[in-house]
Amino acid sequence: MSDKPVDKPKKDKVPRQAMPEQEPQVRARNFEEVPLGLSAESAVLEASRCLQCKKPSCVEGCPVNVQIPEFIKCMAEGDFLGGIRQIWQRNSLPAVCGRVCPQEAQCEGSCVLGKKDAPVAIGNLERFAADWARKGGTAELPPKAPPTGKKVAVVGAGPASLTVAGDLILRGHEVTMFEAFHRPGGVLVYGIPEFRLPKEIVFSEVNFLERLGVKLECNTVVGRSITVDELFEEGFDAIFVAVGAGLPKFLGIPGENYIGVYSANEYLTRSNLMKAYLFPKYDTPVVIGKQVVVLGGGNVAMDSARTALRLGADQVHIVYRRSRDEMPARAAEVHHAEEEGVKFQFLTAPTKFIADDKGRVTAMECQRMELGEPDASGRRRPVIIKGSEFILDCDLAVIAVGAGPNPLLTSSTPGIALNKWGYIDADPKTGKTALKGVWAGGDIVTGSATVILAMGAGRLAANSIHDYLMRGW
Amino acid sequence: MYEILNKEVLAQGTVVLNEISAPRIAGKAKPGQFVILKANETGERVPLTMADSDPKRGTITIIYQVVGKSTHMFADMPVGASYQDVIGPLGKATHLEKVGRVACVGGGTGVAVLHPITRGMKEAGNEVIAIIGARNKDLLILEDKMRAASHVLKVCTDDGSYGHHGFVTDVLKGYLTGPEKVDLVVGIGPVPMMKFLTKLTKEYGVKTMVSLNPIMVDGTGMCGCCRVTVGGKTQFACVDGPEFDGHTVDFDELTQRLAAYREDEAKSWARYKEECACRTR
Ligand SMILES: Cc1cc2nc3c(=O)[nH]c(=O)nc-3n(C[C@H](O)[C@H](O)[C@H](O)COP(=O)(O)OP(=O)(O)OC[C@H]3O[C@@H](n4cnc5c(N)ncnc54)[C@H](O)[C@@H]3O)c2cc1C
Ligand SMILES: Cc1cc2nc3c(=O)[nH]c(=O)nc-3n(C[C@H](O)[C@H](O)[C@H](O)COP(=O)(O)OP(=O)(O)OC[C@H]3O[C@@H](n4cnc5c(N)ncnc54)[C@H](O)[C@@H]3O)c2cc1C
Ligand code: SF4
Ligand code: SF4
Ligand code: FES
Repeated sequence: MSDKPVDKPKKDKVPRQAMPEQEPQVRARNFEEVPLGLSAESAVLEASRCLQCKKPSCVEGCPVNVQIPEFIKCMAEGDFLGGIRQIWQRNSLPAVCGRVCPQEAQCEGSCVLGKKDAPVAIGNLERFAADWARKGGTAELPPKAPPTGKKVAVVGAGPASLTVAGDLILRGHEVTMFEAFHRPGGVLVYGIPEFRLPKEIVFSEVNFLERLGVKLECNTVVGRSITVDELFEEGFDAIFVAVGAGLPKFLGIPGENYIGVYSANEYLTRSNLMKAYLFPKYDTPVVIGKQVVVLGGGNVAMDSARTALRLGADQVHIVYRRSRDEMPARAAEVHHAEEEGVKFQFLTAPTKFIADDKGRVTAMECQRMELGEPDASGRRRPVIIKGSEFILDCDLAVIAVGAGPNPLLTSSTPGIALNKWGYIDADPKTGKTALKGVWAGGDIVTGSATVILAMGAGRLAANSIHDYLMRGW
Repeated sequence: MYEILNKEVLAQGTVVLNEISAPRIAGKAKPGQFVILKANETGERVPLTMADSDPKRGTITIIYQVVGKSTHMFADMPVGASYQDVIGPLGKATHLEKVGRVACVGGGTGVAVLHPITRGMKEAGNEVIAIIGARNKDLLILEDKMRAASHVLKVCTDDGSYGHHGFVTDVLKGYLTGPEKVDLVVGIGPVPMMKFLTKLTKEYGVKTMVSLNPIMVDGTGMCGCCRVTVGGKTQFACVDGPEFDGHTVDFDELTQRLAAYREDEAKSWARYKEECACRTR
């Protein structure tokens, strides 16, 4: 994705409107949001670029089929309220999605304009409309159906759960959300950093749900504080489980338990949720690295690397096993990380950590790799180059090589069927699990995916739950 | 909000008891489990074992040693004040079954953690020998409760100011070498004490359970902060523990990891002292 103006657009002379951003050298040292948001004028201009396709391919590219041409038409006419209403029909968290969706692989990746020029900046427009509404454009609450007397428990308070809660409260059901942490939001608050998604946005979305009548019980670890069976005993008629993929993967190499070696979950939770970047004003500390290595190539790795810079690192290396093309991170984040000075070591894998006599990490030994034959997934498998070991000095290492299914809830819920990796088996069309009255969705079903896919799963499950509450299993 | 209903200072102002209103947790808590507490908006998440719980009153009891910023802040909270967040019960409950003769050995504030387990062991039908110790008489806690929870109670102090002059391990050794077999040892206290205790019981081949206290964040197996090496494998103390077979624990690694934030903790504590001084001035 490029935010640079395009020289010769086909339809008219309006280039893709650039998103204003904080300067790289400045923002690399603060936690403020990087993109500043479009102005109203450039939002209208950008919206005018849309061709209003009869068969809009962009809509197919969006996992929840936001009515893109319809919303953009309103935006082009300056009718922002009309625009946000169009979006809300399919997407209840547009301020989040506009910021974190991998648009280049979804809506914008499918926009016809993208074939010759830059695609319409759908994400930026979505963000604009949502920010406009949040900043006082409208305080309206959508109409609620009359009460049905049915009670739904939603476990976890990440994007999948927020979607289910919003959908079901509007249909007249009572909804209570149970969250393990002291704050709702899931990865949106503990994982994705402030400079990419200000927490105030997440809290205002949650607040919106609370105004609609959703009850929120934080500090409740389902599986420990209360079990799924006990939720039924408490009178809930249906339960939606979306506890995310909260199990950190480690590498299994020597020295991984040295001080200064973190899982990305721990590093980001300390920094974001616990606000270690404001230590000692906030009480939770975090190791401040000067020479930092981050292992992995996804959004989590980019977020960790850019957090380390902002916490005062002199140098940050992202060490990734495969090559640049295989990095699963959002294009915008790789671009931002590079602009801010993060260095990349591709085709490199760690072999061990080295520490001083106090057990604090001082270096990491790595090996170079080359791309061999394609594996089952069609990606060329990296193979070790013998004798290529070298040392990277580091006083902080963050392991961001993926996550697995956290067994806390599933192991305390007899009868809930799991697949061979430990994720919950749920019908992809409805979210139904093997247990009557229990649905699941989001990362605990699919493995680590995206915000919008989790929301899409929530939407399907909400429809199915509503159906069940009104008609039966 | 989780209100403090009752507060007691147990030992010279360095060990404090809080009874806290937390009905949902109180209804589920089992011996060996812990909670995570956060005092206020800027506070950190602090793990503390439940020393007791009362489902009828809807309360849990914690007993903590006042060591740094967070525990000082806790100790400064009066009855009627509230913790912003209390999460739990966390961790696996102690496996309580009849094995025969059990020695429950506690040092310092570890006695608070040991007490519900001792009681549970007795209720499970075991013959329970309790051995508790502290640096001196004033630091000794829960003597009466431990006496009631066991068949025999032995007390030691490092300086000889009360009970047996010496370490809990010395007294335990007497039992290990005695005529009657000890089937299980439960040892809870400072890391060095647990390290020496397990070394001793290993010599005599007596199975030993310890409760580990690594630094934690979420307490639900999500972050890996609490990882400990047990039997050569990485375990997460918050979900796989906190109790483990003491003979296979890498105590040296645990000791190192517990020191990870020493400098920051000192900074935090100094800052808090200053703030308190300002307030009282
Ligand atoms: C650092 C990071 C960056 C990312 N960046 C992007 C991005 O740019 N774009 C994008 O689309 N996606 C991104 N993702 C992925 C995206 O955030 C996830 O796919 C999405 O959040 C999954 O939503 P969810 O609702 O399934 O679960 P989560 O967001 O994981 O929420 C699960 C919630 O359940 C709670 N919970 C867990 N166990 C229990 C329990 N037993 N009882 C009660 N509550 C429980 C958790 O505390 C959590 O709040 C990123 C992920 C990470 C970690
Ligand atoms: C499962 C578990 C149960 C515990 N039960 C008890 C108990 O019943 N009574 C009791 O007095 N203490 C208990 N502890 C220890 C207690 O959590 C620490 O003493 C407390 O966090 C210190 O915080 P502080 O800010 O006052 O001191 P700090 O100055 O911050 O720390 C003092 C020392 O405490 C340890 N520590 C710091 N932060 C944490 C943390 N987040 N988690 C764990 N340890 C930390 C470190 O070794 C540190 O050097 C338990 C710990 C665990 C993990
Ligand atoms: S929800 Fe995401 S994919 Fe869909 S239109 Fe919005 S930004 Fe694009
Ligand atoms: S594909 Fe592009 S140009 Fe066509 S409607 Fe969608 S956003 Fe507009
Ligand atoms: S404290 Fe986070 S995994 Fe145990």
